[in-house]
Amino acid sequence: MSEPALVAFDDAVTSFDPVIGLEVHVELATASKMFCGCSTQFGGEPNSQTCPVCLGLPGSLPVVNAGAVEAAVRLGLALHCTIAASSTFARKNYFYPDMPKNFQTTQYDQPICVDGYLDVDVPVDGSVRRFRVEIERAHLEEDTGKSLHVGGATGRIHGADYSLVDYNRAGIPLLEIVTRPVEGAGALAPLVARQYVTELRAIVQAIGISDALMHQGSLRCDANVSLRATPTAALGTRTETKNINSLRSIERAVRYEICRQAAVLSGGGRIVQETRHWHEDTGLTTSGRTKEEAEDYRYFPEPDLAPLTPDAAWVASVGASLPELPQETRARVRQEWGLDDLELTQLTNAGVLDLVVATVAAGAPPAAARKWWLGELARLANEAGVEPDALGVAPHQVARVVALVDTGALTEALARQVVAGVLAGEGDPDEVVAARGLAVVNDDDALLAAVDEAVAAHPDVADKVRAGKVSAVGVIVGAVMKQTRGQANAARVRELALDRLGAADIE
Amino acid sequence: MAAFTAEEVRRLAGLARIGLSESDAEHLAGELDVIVDAVAQVATVATDDVVPTSHPVPLADRERADVVTPGLTAEAALSGAPQVAEGRFRVPQILDED
Amino acid sequence: MSTPLTQSAQALAEQIAAGDRSAVEVATAFLDRIEEVDGAVHAFLHVDRGGALAAAAAVDAARARGEDLGPLAGVPVAVKDVLATAGMPTTAGSRILAGWVPPYDATVVTRLREAGLVILGKTNMDEFAMGSSTEHSAFGPTYNPWDLARTPGGSGGGSAAALAAFEAPLALGTDTGGSIRQPAAVTATVGAKPTYGGVSRYGLIALASSLDQVGPCARTVADAALLHAVIAGHDPRDSTSLPSPVPPVVQASTATDLAGLRVGVVSELSGDGYQPGVLARFDEAVAGLEARGASVHEVSCPHFGYALAAYYLILPSEASSNLARFDGVRFGYRAGVEPGHTVEEMMTATRGEGFGPEVVRRIVLGTYALSAGYYDQYYGKAQKVRTLVQRDFATAFDTVDVLVSPTTPTTAFLLGEKLADPLAMYLNDVATIPANLAGVPALSVPVGLAGEDGLPVGLQVMAPVLRDDLLYRLGAVVEADAVARHGVSLPGPGVLDV
Repeated sequence: MSEPALVAFDDAVTSFDPVIGLEVHVELATASKMFCGCSTQFGGEPNSQTCPVCLGLPGSLPVVNAGAVEAAVRLGLALHCTIAASSTFARKNYFYPDMPKNFQTTQYDQPICVDGYLDVDVPVDGSVRRFRVEIERAHLEEDTGKSLHVGGATGRIHGADYSLVDYNRAGIPLLEIVTRPVEGAGALAPLVARQYVTELRAIVQAIGISDALMHQGSLRCDANVSLRATPTAALGTRTETKNINSLRSIERAVRYEICRQAAVLSGGGRIVQETRHWHEDTGLTTSGRTKEEAEDYRYFPEPDLAPLTPDAAWVASVGASLPELPQETRARVRQEWGLDDLELTQLTNAGVLDLVVATVAAGAPPAAARKWWLGELARLANEAGVEPDALGVAPHQVARVVALVDTGALTEALARQVVAGVLAGEGDPDEVVAARGLAVVNDDDALLAAVDEAVAAHPDVADKVRAGKVSAVGVIVGAVMKQTRGQANAARVRELALDRLGAADIE
Repeated sequence: MAAFTAEEVRRLAGLARIGLSESDAEHLAGELDVIVDAVAQVATVATDDVVPTSHPVPLADRERADVVTPGLTAEAALSGAPQVAEGRFRVPQILDED
Repeated sequence: MSTPLTQSAQALAEQIAAGDRSAVEVATAFLDRIEEVDGAVHAFLHVDRGGALAAAAAVDAARARGEDLGPLAGVPVAVKDVLATAGMPTTAGSRILAGWVPPYDATVVTRLREAGLVILGKTNMDEFAMGSSTEHSAFGPTYNPWDLARTPGGSGGGSAAALAAFEAPLALGTDTGGSIRQPAAVTATVGAKPTYGGVSRYGLIALASSLDQVGPCARTVADAALLHAVIAGHDPRDSTSLPSPVPPVVQASTATDLAGLRVGVVSELSGDGYQPGVLARFDEAVAGLEARGASVHEVSCPHFGYALAAYYLILPSEASSNLARFDGVRFGYRAGVEPGHTVEEMMTATRGEGFGPEVVRRIVLGTYALSAGYYDQYYGKAQKVRTLVQRDFATAFDTVDVLVSPTTPTTAFLLGEKLADPLAMYLNDVATIPANLAGVPALSVPVGLAGEDGLPVGLQVMAPVLRDDLLYRLGAVVEADAVARHGVSLPGPGVLDV
């Protein structure tokens, strides 16, 4: 398949006005499933976490999980939604092997949360622009089972392709959050999309309803993109892109779709309303299998379930019990740490604000915590292809490393080795230091011995230093550092070396 | 109202994943014509001012606590399966991937 | 001692508790009876001799230990094959479930077991409970013990026939549009549809979720009440199950008078289309009520005439969705698969081969009624008619306590008589459907035989939501009157003599 022609992004957003919409599914971290008491634990033996209900056996009936309802209310309130006085469930009918009943029990015309918003801050030219993404609805539904596709080459009668289905995941509660079309973002659309999901994820994690890890599938994002000639024209035909598995991919996928659609439209073509598949490796979207006709889901009210009518006083108490939300956290740390908009946005963009806050809570100074998470740890996460929170080093461990550097027990370089050790699973920072013997050598006697060795090994350099070329002492210091495997306190070595050689430090 | 065609019946049977022979589809079209004609009379009394009732006896907020309760063993879950492989339900190839 | 076969369930329970008979002896008698006559009746799809005898022995052992036995302990019961029974095949009368053995029990089945009832086996039914004659069973019809050339009604013809042929003293049925009451009427047995939500549907293979109810079937009103009390009550596994206490049905079934009761005769459920002999027995029974202290009034329920149409939109719509799970993936029949076939092709072939024509008809109809562009016109409007039917009941119950009508327009019809025209079959339910739409409880009690053909006639009584007790109060008195007037109705001489 040849890659289609693309219009350059800058040209695309000049010629057209992009409109985006996002549908995010959050897998709730309840103990049991949406409509039955089966465990939601990840990684169980296939089909060992099932029952007549989530298997869709004849005669089974669903019963709503109160914990899932509360989670939905928590998120709705955090997104400034109205919690519906009465919401109902509906059946969405279609056939697929990973759907035990061949209908999904979801919410259709009366969802539990409506009309909310999420403010999203996007860095632009050194400052920050705020976009208000309107949230049309959030509703409860159930996840499907998982299929594995097995099979070999085509054209063979034996060893034909087949699929294997595991229903452990079937029935796990999902919360689907749907935005209204996001207009007016222009060239910032890809970034707004990414920022929205980043912020939504932060909220979901803060209120504790889900791990919301994209790489594990507990947060899924589909992006809708359409173009129109001008900001006042009618909305164009939109495509829906699936298989977006990271925050970065959201930005890339939206960007790609804008370019692709611009190319189609510029060439006089029409956008096909379809579902497209994002490919992380090649950086493009491909058309989903075209169906002869749009799926007719034949929604109707779920007769087996009663409406949800959450009591207003209870809803208010849920709202009162919400923890500090990311926006509030940002306002607070901005004030407490004296950050400007851009610095703050850096933290949230990198998805590390919570990590930094936790690291500060564990005792690190804000500046050091920020430096580590935006610097070395972000780099390591990028290399490993994971989000910083999935890296494998915890905020309290980072705080410990910072403390060790502060007291001089570690140099910056040694600290990076300690972090590597923690990541390699060698234990807590102190354990790594002990096991690897990474402590900075501060013992003057040991250092002097090393200095003498180095001086003896470099007599000509020693002469230069004695003669007044102070900068040459760097060679001595370097030799000592090498000999001590970087664990000497370099500044102290320099002092001792100069002193030994009878030179004053004029630098 | 429009008469049922065999084509329409085939389309509906397709949505319902029911294989029908051509003659079955034609025969069914005739039967459905008669039935739908008879049931269409609901329109005469079901005016706009009447609200629909989906649940005969009104209930609300029937929920269960979020606790894990015993279910089926994998063996019991798979016990009725026409084909099993690797502890999973085996089916012919699924062409359309989400 | 006389044969246990003709004893009431209540009498059997008392005899077992008193030690006059053992539960094993009773179970054996019925199991033997089944072997003797079911070749001709075909009420049963599966008989569990071993399980039944074991359950009976357990009751005898409990009695020997001096334990308190429940009011129906040791009494045999047949279960309509639409209810899940762990370890016992459950087919819903369909080829698509042939050989399926559920890994769990329906809640009502659990309650039967816990009450010490002895499950004899599973009874025949129209496939997925769609029908009024049991002719749509994939495993062959059931024959009416009153005349083996006739149907025993449906969809629960097996349960009713088992009672009428003395193969069981009790049975469980299910009623979506009359599937308990109509067979009861045409076999001279008693059958009740409880208030919607009064009995758990967990484990009931769903047909139309907003209409289905499990109910008791017996030969006497008192027996039906006892069985009703065993199975009814809130079930947390069924979100549509009512949290209210079970109405006092057993006590009501001991009533001997109707002082103060206002009885309404539904004017729309009479006249044209109703067999004269049916109306004669009905009118006679109603006339007798006044002598027992009731006042009788004519009541109009103007929207009942639209109930059939609404039902044949709501039911197929819900059924088309409920039956989607039968696809050959997780359980039941799977069509043979050629190499290279997709799962879609497998599902389509499985359902095409596994479903009978009536099921296909209703699924396609339901798919149509729910489809885009047609929902408002068909399903949406049908749900409005439901509202109107509910209002009719509410208005009626402002002036009367119960409503009565003939249960069915005709007596038992001949096998094959109504198969050619689906609409003709549907018309059998015209009197029973309104109660399902509104969710109100209803019961059918025998009131004698029609003059022109000597076949059973049933009277239907309907009561307000959660007033199931009124069914049994009126039913008990009507039953006593009918027996006084005509004697106990029994099938004529022949292979089914007891």
